[in-house]
Order: sequence, then C-alpha cells, then structure tokens
Amino acid sequence: MSGTDVKPSVAPGVRLGQVSFVWRPWLVCVTLLLAAATFLVFCLSIGVGDFPIGLSRVIATILGGGERVDKFVIMDLRMPRALAGLIVGIALGVSGALTQSIARNPLASPDILGITGGAGAVSVFLVTVSGGTAAAVVSAVGLSAAALAGGLGTGLLVYFLAWRRGIDGFRLILIGISVSAMMEAITTWLLVTADIKDVARAQAWLVGSLEGRSWSEVRVALWCTLVLLAVVFCVAFQFKPMHLGDEVAAGLGVRYAMVRAVLLLCAVLLAAVGVSAAGPVPFVALVAPQVAMRLARCPTPPMVASGMVGALLLIGADLIARTALPITLPVGVVTAAIGGPFLVHLLVRANLR
Amino acid sequence: MSAERITEIESGAQGSPRLAAQGVSVGYGGRSVIEDLDVTIPPGVITTIIGPNGCGKSTLLRTLTRLLKPAKGAVVLDGEDIAGLRTREVAKKLGLLPQAPVAPEGLTVADLVAKGRHPHQSWLRQWSSDDAGVVERALAMTGVSELADRPVDSLSGGQRQRVWISMALAQGTDLLLLDEPTTYLDLAHAIDVLDLVDDLHESGRTVVMVLHDLNLATRYSDNLIVMRAGSILAQGHPRDVITAELLDEAFGLRAMVIDDPVGDRPLIVPIGRTHVRLEQVPRRNVQVRLG
Repeated sequence: MSGTDVKPSVAPGVRLGQVSFVWRPWLVCVTLLLAAATFLVFCLSIGVGDFPIGLSRVIATILGGGERVDKFVIMDLRMPRALAGLIVGIALGVSGALTQSIARNPLASPDILGITGGAGAVSVFLVTVSGGTAAAVVSAVGLSAAALAGGLGTGLLVYFLAWRRGIDGFRLILIGISVSAMMEAITTWLLVTADIKDVARAQAWLVGSLEGRSWSEVRVALWCTLVLLAVVFCVAFQFKPMHLGDEVAAGLGVRYAMVRAVLLLCAVLLAAVGVSAAGPVPFVALVAPQVAMRLARCPTPPMVASGMVGALLLIGADLIARTALPITLPVGVVTAAIGGPFLVHLLVRANLR
Repeated sequence: MSAERITEIESGAQGSPRLAAQGVSVGYGGRSVIEDLDVTIPPGVITTIIGPNGCGKSTLLRTLTRLLKPAKGAVVLDGEDIAGLRTREVAKKLGLLPQAPVAPEGLTVADLVAKGRHPHQSWLRQWSSDDAGVVERALAMTGVSELADRPVDSLSGGQRQRVWISMALAQGTDLLLLDEPTTYLDLAHAIDVLDLVDDLHESGRTVVMVLHDLNLATRYSDNLIVMRAGSILAQGHPRDVITAELLDEAFGLRAMVIDDPVGDRPLIVPIGRTHVRLEQVPRRNVQVRLG
C-alpha cells in the first residue's frame, strides 16, 4: 500500500493464563448494568405487597441476614414469585436470542415458532375438557409439565416440517406462523365450547401470570433452566461463525447442522420451561434480544444481555402490574402493552429501509 | 501492494497435488449433477472452473470443499479422504468463500475478518495475540485496513468482496476456493478483486474458483477446467484449451479467439446475431450460422 501506515483497529484480546478472549468493554459494561438493574427491580418486587419491606431490609434478608418476620415473608411467601419472574425472563430472553440468531431474522421468536401456542393449546385442553383422562393427566404430571410437553411437541413439529435439506430461516418462520395459527384456532374452539368456569381459569393461564407460584414449581424450572443454559454456554463458541451463514460457517470448520440442532432444541426447551412456569407471557422472547442488541451495540443478539433484559422486562412488568394500576393485572398484559408497540416500531423501521 | 505470506507452505507440498476428486458422483435429492468425475487441482496456480449455467461447476467446487457429500467416489486432500477428516482440520487447510455471502447488519470489517481465525481457536482460547497479528496482516494485504471500523453493509460491492476474501485469508490456509468471487460486481471492481486473487496466488497459494466471465477466466487463470453437463470437457492452460471449437461445443457459443492485444492469453470475441461485419467472421463460423 502507499506510505500511510494505518494500524487497523482489531479488537484487543485479554489473557488469563490459558484463557483468552476478545475484550469488548461496552458489552461487558452494559451486561453488568443490566444485571445490577435486574437485581434492583427483583428486590423492589419482593418489597412490594400488603406488608411493604424496605429495599435495604430485602437485600439484607436475601444475603442471609434480616429479621425473622422479614425472612418468613420474603423467603417463604414472595421469593418463589420473584424467582419465577427472574428464571422465566432469562429463559425467554435467551431462547429468543437463540431462535433469532439461528433464523437470522428478528421475527423468529418462540411466540412465532409455535412453542407458546402449542403449550397454550395443551393447557387449555386439559383445563376445559372435563374428562376422566384429562383430569388424570393433570393430577399425575401437573399442568406445567403438560404445557412443557405441548410446547416442546409443537416446537419439534415446526422444526421437522421446516426441514428440507437443512433449515432455512424464512421457511421456519412461515411454518411456525401456520402452526401457531392452528394452535390458536384449537385454543379458541376449546374456549368457545367449554364450561364458563373452566374458561375463566384457562383465560387467566393464557395471559401469563406469576401469581401463586410455589417453591416446588420454581425449583423444577430453576434446575431445567440452569442445565439448558450450561449447554448453550458450552456450544456458544461453535455457534459464533454461524451468524455469517451456513456455508461460511462450514468453511470455518463448524459442524453447523449439529450445532444448530442442539441450540434450537435448547431454545425450544427454554421457552417451554418458561411458558410452563408462567404461562405464555407474550413478547418477552421477541423483544428482549432486540433491546439487548441495541443497548449493547452488537450486530447479533448477545446471549447474556438478552437474558438480563428478559428478566428485567418480566419482573418490571410484574411490578407495574401489581403497583401502578388500580386492579392487579396478570403480567402478560403489561409485557404485551410494552412489546406490541415495540414490534410495530421494528416493523416500521424495517419497512423504511 | 506487496504480497505477503500469512502461512508458510509446507515444504514439499508444492510439487504434489493437494486436492483431487476421484470418481465422484454428486447430486441433489436423487437428481445426479456430476457423474463419475476425476479432477486434480495443480498446486501453486489459479484454477478456474468454467462452463454453461447448470453444468455443475459450483457443484464441483462445493464437493471439493466438502459442502456437498459425493454419493460415490472421494475428494482427497493431502492424501487423505476429506470425508474422514475432522471439519476443523479441513478448515485449517482449505479456505472457502461461498457465493454472495451476507454479513449481519452492523458487523464491522475487523470483526468479520477476525471470524476467519475460528478454526485456530478453542472455547478457552478465543483470541490470542497471534490472531490479532494475522487479522491485521489479512486486512493490510487486501487493502481494507482503513475500513476496519466500518460496518460491512456500508461498503460498496467491491470493497465488501475484498473484506470477505480478507476473512478467508485470515483463516491462514494456502488453499483457497472461491465460488464466483465477482458476482454482482461491475467490471472495474471485478478486475480489482481478481488482481487481488492473483496477488494471493503470487504469494504461493493455490486458488480454485468458479467464474462466469470467460475472458476474465482466461486472463487470470493458469489452469482452466471446462465443464459441460456434469463432466469435464477440457482442462489445461487457457492458451491450449480456449479454441472456437471448444466454445461452440461447451457453450454453443459462436466466437472468434484472437490474441489479446494487452495480455499473453487468448481473447474471446463473441459473434452473436447482430452488429457483426460478416466479412470479418471466418467462413467456418458463417457456415455454422447459415446452416
């Protein structure tokens, strides 16, 4: 080249013994700030209620100290709900980040890929059909587990229908929308034909709510989520070149079909765990990765930050639903109120381009 | 631009062929595209695969890179069947640039080129000082250092293709396979990209590419593979291979082959139906037309 010697700004590396990685200060700062904000809202959410507890007392109790009354109210009564919000938010956020990255399309969220619709249809079926078998199933495995199976089944159905010598993002979305529509039609049909008391119960579940979570339910969701996040964490490195497309990734030595199958399965399971724990909370999985991307200034959805935004959005929406309005609303109403306009904003922006 | 070697060629590899297809048959979902094909890629030169649309040239390239698995036969890389090698091992020896790749919106040039280091990294070792050095040299060699901070989607087509080649270069392989590197580029940018490909060859790399433009293929390659209907019609130096008869046979193209006034290779002048001074066209071609 000519005399001007330009030193290209290649990202600096960090080395700790055998471990080395790219140093991205902005992404790290944003993720830490999001984690701090999530913790703050988590504590605020615990403090709010008929027996209000100050922020400092909440933090002291969570860290192991605190008075006995606080301990009982926080750890036994309020913690399951707050923890459920945290887990479901993270699970949905990461699930959305995975599906959007795999399909290379911001519209590819678990909502659209049929997972939420399938979980909803199965749950409504079990709630409304007052038959011996349905009641037996619910009492045997619980509504959450049945919803999980429904979400997983629909997710896999969409995956196999979309499979044609590999997975094409656009095809995945189209088939997901079709299957979701079918599931919603089944749900509506069940609601129209069912007994009015069952319909009220089913409706409450369908909007998505963190009401009345117990420790036993939360514990299952927590372990499932931790295991799935560990798998995602391990495979994430192999996934990085896949943002450039299958063929480029193959050229860079990635066994892309296997990596994608593992991660898509993780995404479906994470979403199904989230939906089974809190109901089909709308828009969190769609919006969280997109918000995280813009905050962290990344070209692709950042996994950890997406989980943080998901948790922040879900706990924050639950807090708003319980405090800001005269009547207590299910959390799904608030996330839809925030998520809906955001989706419109995304679509309008895409149209303008 | 000074051509700089990023990887040293393994000693002794220069003489023997590094990549070959032996009796491969390839197809898509039952439809056979290539039938029992043998080809050897000579080391250290630019080999270009040409042929009419749908003749299987991209299929052959994709088979050589293991993107497609042959139903029969084998692709041999450095004496080993490529199907038996680990994907990462192949990626350390063979760089690949698919046709018209797309980068995520907002990804910077430096970050894209850095992705080329992936085969040399591991979960724990995701970025080393070696990587930074190789990426800097790959950026410099392709003349895109100044663009390092720009998003790839903000660049012109020619710059973008340079950046993708830079990524393949950062992979550090001395075997590069490019599937139509000049697609969507105007002639000036196509020449620019092919000059860059020639620099890579001058620095000791073996290049295999698919090109549509016959005159560019003739000008820039030392070895042409002419395909038609899934088999190889001719292979060799453009001076030996490119004749009016071959062009008629392979492409059904009526053309004159003359000496290139500026190069040392033949030049193809297509005849077509109109705007032709018939007295300039050799009798044989006129007869083809009238008959």
